[in-house]
Amino acid sequence: MSTYTKKQVSDLVKGTLDWDTVHLMLSMPKDEARYKLYMEVLQENVSYDDKIILAVGPHLNIVESSKDQEIIIKCDCGHEFGHYSKNWKLNALIYVRDNVEKMKEVYPELMAPDTNWQVYREYYCPSCGIMHDVEAPTPWYPVMHDIQPDLKTFFEWLDMPAPAKI
Amino acid sequence: MTIMKNALGYTPGVLLESGLTLNDHRNAIQERTAKTGFYNGHETLEFKDKDPIGYERIFSKVRAGLVNSREVAKKIAASPIVEQEGELCFTLYNPAGDCVATSTGIIIHVGTMGAAIKYMIQNDWESNPGISDGDMFTNNDCQVGNVHPCDIATIVPIFYDGFLRGWVGGMTHVIDTGAVGPGSMSNGQIQRFGDGIQISCRKTGINDTPLRDYLHESQRNIRTTKYWILDEKTRIAGCHMIRKMLTEVIEEEGVEAVEKFMYEVIEDGRRGLVKRIKAMCVPGTVKTVAFVDVPYSHPDVHVPSTFAKMDSIMHAPCEITVKANGTWRLDFEGCSRWGWHTYNTNPTAFTSGIWVMMTQSLVPTERINDGPRYATEFRCPAGTWTNPKDRRTAHADAWHFLVSSWSSLWRGISRTYFARGYLEEVNAGNSNPCNWLQGGGVNQDGEVHAVNSFETAACGTGACAMKDGLNHAAAIWNPEGDMGDIEIWELAEPLLYMGRRIKTNTGGYGKYRGGLGYETLRMVWNSADWTMFFMGNGYMNSDWGLMGGYPSATGYRFEAHNTGLKERIAEGKSLPLGQDRDPSLCEYEKHLGPDAIVKRDKQCITTEDMFDNGDLYLNYLRGGPGFGDPLDREIASIQEDLNQNFLMEEFAIKIYGAVFTKDDEGVYTIDAAKTKARQAEIRKERIGRGVPVREWMETERAKIIDKDASLAVQQMFASSFYLSAKFLAEFKEFWDLPADWELPEEELGTPMYGARHNIDIGDLPDVHPVIMVEE
Repeated sequence: MSTYTKKQVSDLVKGTLDWDTVHLMLSMPKDEARYKLYMEVLQENVSYDDKIILAVGPHLNIVESSKDQEIIIKCDCGHEFGHYSKNWKLNALIYVRDNVEKMKEVYPELMAPDTNWQVYREYYCPSCGIMHDVEAPTPWYPVMHDIQPDLKTFFEWLDMPAPAKI
Repeated sequence: MTIMKNALGYTPGVLLESGLTLNDHRNAIQERTAKTGFYNGHETLEFKDKDPIGYERIFSKVRAGLVNSREVAKKIAASPIVEQEGELCFTLYNPAGDCVATSTGIIIHVGTMGAAIKYMIQNDWESNPGISDGDMFTNNDCQVGNVHPCDIATIVPIFYDGFLRGWVGGMTHVIDTGAVGPGSMSNGQIQRFGDGIQISCRKTGINDTPLRDYLHESQRNIRTTKYWILDEKTRIAGCHMIRKMLTEVIEEEGVEAVEKFMYEVIEDGRRGLVKRIKAMCVPGTVKTVAFVDVPYSHPDVHVPSTFAKMDSIMHAPCEITVKANGTWRLDFEGCSRWGWHTYNTNPTAFTSGIWVMMTQSLVPTERINDGPRYATEFRCPAGTWTNPKDRRTAHADAWHFLVSSWSSLWRGISRTYFARGYLEEVNAGNSNPCNWLQGGGVNQDGEVHAVNSFETAACGTGACAMKDGLNHAAAIWNPEGDMGDIEIWELAEPLLYMGRRIKTNTGGYGKYRGGLGYETLRMVWNSADWTMFFMGNGYMNSDWGLMGGYPSATGYRFEAHNTGLKERIAEGKSLPLGQDRDPSLCEYEKHLGPDAIVKRDKQCITTEDMFDNGDLYLNYLRGGPGFGDPLDREIASIQEDLNQNFLMEEFAIKIYGAVFTKDDEGVYTIDAAKTKARQAEIRKERIGRGVPVREWMETERAKIIDKDASLAVQQMFASSFYLSAKFLAEFKEFWDLPADWELPEEELGTPMYGARHNIDIGDLPDVHPVIMVEE
C-alpha cells in the first residue's frame, strides 16, 4: 500500500506536486489515508469552522455545520447552499449564454455551439462570484443534480465514525 | 455407446470433456454466477490461493503471447489504420466465450468478439455449421454485437487433446466495407442495407485454410481489396500464433491448471473492480448527460430517403449508482430513439467501450477480462439509440454517438474521485474525436481507393483536477494515442499536407484547461473521381467541462473548390499554409484564386461530395474540456498559453481577466497584480449579471409551456418522453408543468418513419440474440 505525506497531498491540491509522485499515485494501489489527509488540507484552506466531510468542487464542500450538525453544502467564502441532499445549484446564481453575442464572449466565431441547439449555463456563488459549474445542455433541460452521496455507506467503507445527522 | 451425427456430420456435446453442449455449459456458468454472485460460483480462488506462482505464470505467458502476437501480426497489414495506428487486438476466451485476457490495442473488442462467440454458442453453431479444429469464423455484424461493420473479427476455436479449450479472436479495423459512402465510418447510407458487407459469424475457413468462396465474395463487396486481404492475413496469423501459444502453455502447465485459470481469472477480475470501486469512489448516485448534433436537414447532406432528412439530437442521460457492496449500475433511462443515420449502436458495443475508458482509471491493469462486467449492471432501454431492437439500423459511425455519450461518464465518475481526494484520476471528459476525414475514388496509384484518416486518434484530452489536459495526444476512448506520420498518410491518401498545426483556443478553459486539438490542411493531388465528406460535431459540443471549467470549442467546416492553387504554385504566389487560427478572419481565402468556392460554416456532417485536384479540406481535430473556474488559473500558465499560441489575446482578456503587454518580438508578459484586480472585478460582474436559479426557472418554464425551442430540441425531448415515462415524469416535476402538458412527436411534423413499429432481429426464424444487459 502506498503512503503519502500531508504536504504531498497539499501539493496535489495546489497543483504543484512533482510528476514522479503523481505517477506513483496513478500507478500504485490507492492510499487509504488519502481521505483523512485531503480533508485536513481542505480544512486548512477555509476560514470557517464547519467540518468538511466531502468535496463537491474546488471551492465547494459538504460540511457538518458547527451550529447544528446539519450536513450542508458550503462555498469556501462561507456561503451556504443548503442541505447536502438537495441540489445546491438551485440556490446559486445562473447566467445563460443563449445567443450568438454571449457565446462570442467565450469562443471565436464558428467555434461555439449554435444556441438553437445548445446553451451554456454558468453557476456562480451569490456571495463571492466563483463559478462552481458550467452546464452545456439543450434549452429546456432540467438543472442537473450531479452527485447524491450515500454518506452512511461511505463512512462504513472508510471504517470511520459518521457525522450524526446523515 | 452410439454417437449420433447430424446430416452435416457433427455431434452436439462432444466438444467438451464434460459432455455438455457449449450452450448448456455456458448456461450452467450463468446460473452458478447468478446464484452465488461469484463468476462460475468461484467463492474462493482455489488455484490462485493454492499455487499463486503457477497462476501468475500462466497469466504472464498468456498475456505476453497475446501482446507479442499483436505486435508481429500488425506488420503484415499494409493499411496505416492497422500498421500505423494499431487498430487491432487479439483476445483469448474460455469455451463459454468469456474473456480471459487480451492484448493491447482496441480493447473494446474484448466484448464484441465475445458476443460473437456467445452468439455461435447460443445459436447452436456446434451442430450447424459445426465447430472443428482448424476452423475459422468471421463476424462484423453489428446485430451480433459489433461496433461498426469495418471492425472485422476472425475467431478460431482452440482444441487440445480432442476437446475445445478456448477461443481466440482477432480484430482489425479495415479501411472500407463497401458501404454506400467510401471510408470505414461513412454516412450517407441510413440503413444496414447500405452499411457495407455484413458477415454474421460465418465459417470462413477449414483446416486453417480460408475458403475461396468467402475470399471472392468479400473482395467483390468492398473497395480496398489489397488492404482487405492483408488485414485478413493479419488476423489469421495472430490467431494462429495465439492458438500455438496456448497449446504450449497447456503442455507446460497441464490442461487442468490452464482450465482452472481460464475461469478463476475472470472472478479475479470481478473482485478487482469491486475492490477498486471501494477504494476510489463514493457510494451513492451520480447523474450526468451528453448530447451531439445530427444536422441532416442541410443541403450538403444527401440521403436516399426523405424520412432521414431532419435535424435531431442524440440524448444520453446516465444515472450511475455506486452500491454499498462495491458493484455499480449504469442506467441509460431517457435516451433518445435510434435514427436513420449511421450513429446507432447496440448494448454490447456501448458497454464494451465503457470498459476501454475504465481501464484507464478503474481497472488500470493488464488483467482486462470479462470479470468487471460481472460486477456491473448495465441498463440500455429497448428502442433507444443504445439498444434499437430493430434490424434495419446502420452503425458505420457508431462512434459519433458513443464517444459523445461516454464523455459524460468521465465527468460523473470523476466527481466521486474528486470528492475523496483522488485528484490525479479526475478527467473532465474526452474530446469529441473528430473530424473523421473520409472519402475515396481513384488514388495516386490509379487504384480504386478509400480513406479514413486516423489523425483523430490524437485529440486533446480532458483536464485533470491537478493538471492541464494533454495537447493533440490521445483519443481516450481508444488508447492508441497516435496521429500517424504525415509521410505515411501522404503515401496512403492522395492528399498533400499544406500544414499541420496546433489549433488555438480549442481546449476548454479552466483552472486546468483541456488539451488542445490540432488541424491539418490537405490539398487533393494526383487523384481522379475523388470524393470526401466531413464527420464531426459542429452545432453542439458533447463535452461539458467539470466543476467550473468550460467545454472545448465546437467544430466547424472549411473546404475550398476551384482554388486556382495549381496556377498559384506555377506563378510562385502565396499559398494557404499552416493555421486557420481565427476562423472569422478567413485567412486561407486570402491565398486562393478569385473564383474559389469556399464552404466555411458549422455544418460538420456532410455526405460524399466531389473534390478536384487542388481542392482543400481542413481536418480539425477537437480539444478537450476544462476543469475548475478559469479565474483560478495560474498567471504563469495563462502567459505560457499566450506565448505558445494556445490562446488568443481576446480570450485571455475575457475569460482569464489577463492584463498583459506584448513586446516587439511578440512575447507576452502578464501583469499579475493588475490581472488579479481584473479577476476580482469579473467575479463582481458575474454576481451582477447572474440571476437566482429559481427566478430563471420561471422564464425557462414559460418557454417550455409555449413550446419555444428549435425543432431539433423538441424532437429530442419528444422521442425520449415516448420511450421513458420516468424521464417525462421527472421533467414535468422539475419544471412544475401542468398535469396535461405533453409533447407528442406527432405534433412536431418531423418524419416519424420507424418511430412506432420496430423489426427486431429476434423475430427472424431460428435466431436467438444474446442479451447481456437489462433492457
